[in-house]
Amino acid sequence: MATTLISDQMRAAVGAEMERVSSFPIGESDIRKWALAVYYPDPPPRLFWDAEHAATTRYGGMVAPEDFNPFAWLTTRGPRPAGEDMASTSSHEARLGIAPPPVRFGLNGGTESEFGVRMRPGDEITSVTRLHSYTEREGRLGVMLFTITESTWTNQSDELVKVVRQTSIRY
Amino acid sequence: MIQQDTMLGLSVGDEIPTFVRENTGLHHFNRYAAVNDEFVPIHMDDDAGHKAGYPSAFGTGNLSTAYLLNVLRSWIGEEGTVRALACQFRQPNLKDTTVVARGRITSILVEDDETVAELEVWTEDGEGNRLAPGTATVAIVDLARI
Repeated sequence: MATTLISDQMRAAVGAEMERVSSFPIGESDIRKWALAVYYPDPPPRLFWDAEHAATTRYGGMVAPEDFNPFAWLTTRGPRPAGEDMASTSSHEARLGIAPPPVRFGLNGGTESEFGVRMRPGDEITSVTRLHSYTEREGRLGVMLFTITESTWTNQSDELVKVVRQTSIRY
Repeated sequence: MIQQDTMLGLSVGDEIPTFVRENTGLHHFNRYAAVNDEFVPIHMDDDAGHKAGYPSAFGTGNLSTAYLLNVLRSWIGEEGTVRALACQFRQPNLKDTTVVARGRITSILVEDDETVAELEVWTEDGEGNRLAPGTATVAIVDLARI
């Protein structure tokens, strides 16, 4: 490969912790809104919005869909500073405090999740994200940089909620 | 590993019932962006989609993941659990695409009171082109075995 997007600084950062965030307690209606959005235009399963019904299930109460994101909008750090863009093509390296690669576009390449205990109303979730790897290959739009991050989510009882490996593709 | 769970009527190779979203567009994409705080131009703005090399704005990969979870949940019911899901976002969910989430059983294992099934899963467009292929593992509670 004639050029590489992976700098020595980026290579040295593999394995480093990128971010550690905690959620505020999950609200019942945060779960309801999430379920409405992912099932739209159909009504979501009652497990995700009807606490009385959910109490009769094996869970004994409402739980969140496995993909529910308790960190959306706000974490216990407070609102993001104006101008901070977590979807920018340099957000990985910004969190590592290193220089980003010279790329213009970013895409979500894929995800792998292993699920543990369910998230419930009142849970406070902590996510620790590490840089798993950088790889690159030639694509139809030039050199494509694949970045894999691994996030481990636990609840307030230190139970494993899920492990998520996310692949971003930048070019 | 077994080829068939006669108590649940499952066999390797079986397809599970589909989850279909017709004519997906900004009304689907924006609802997801709103709950996930994921306001990315390529998912909201055709011009941004064009600049990134696509014919329009397109849905988030995360929404495709949600559709795959929906098809699995609908099949296993409230008592079942999704243990794992992996997928790659190979093709974008462009505007006006009808997205079908599908799954096919690739292995079956009976563990105590649960049947654990592995599946090939994917979303496809109205022409059958795969958008987000992947794999999943689910556990189905068999009340008759308890």
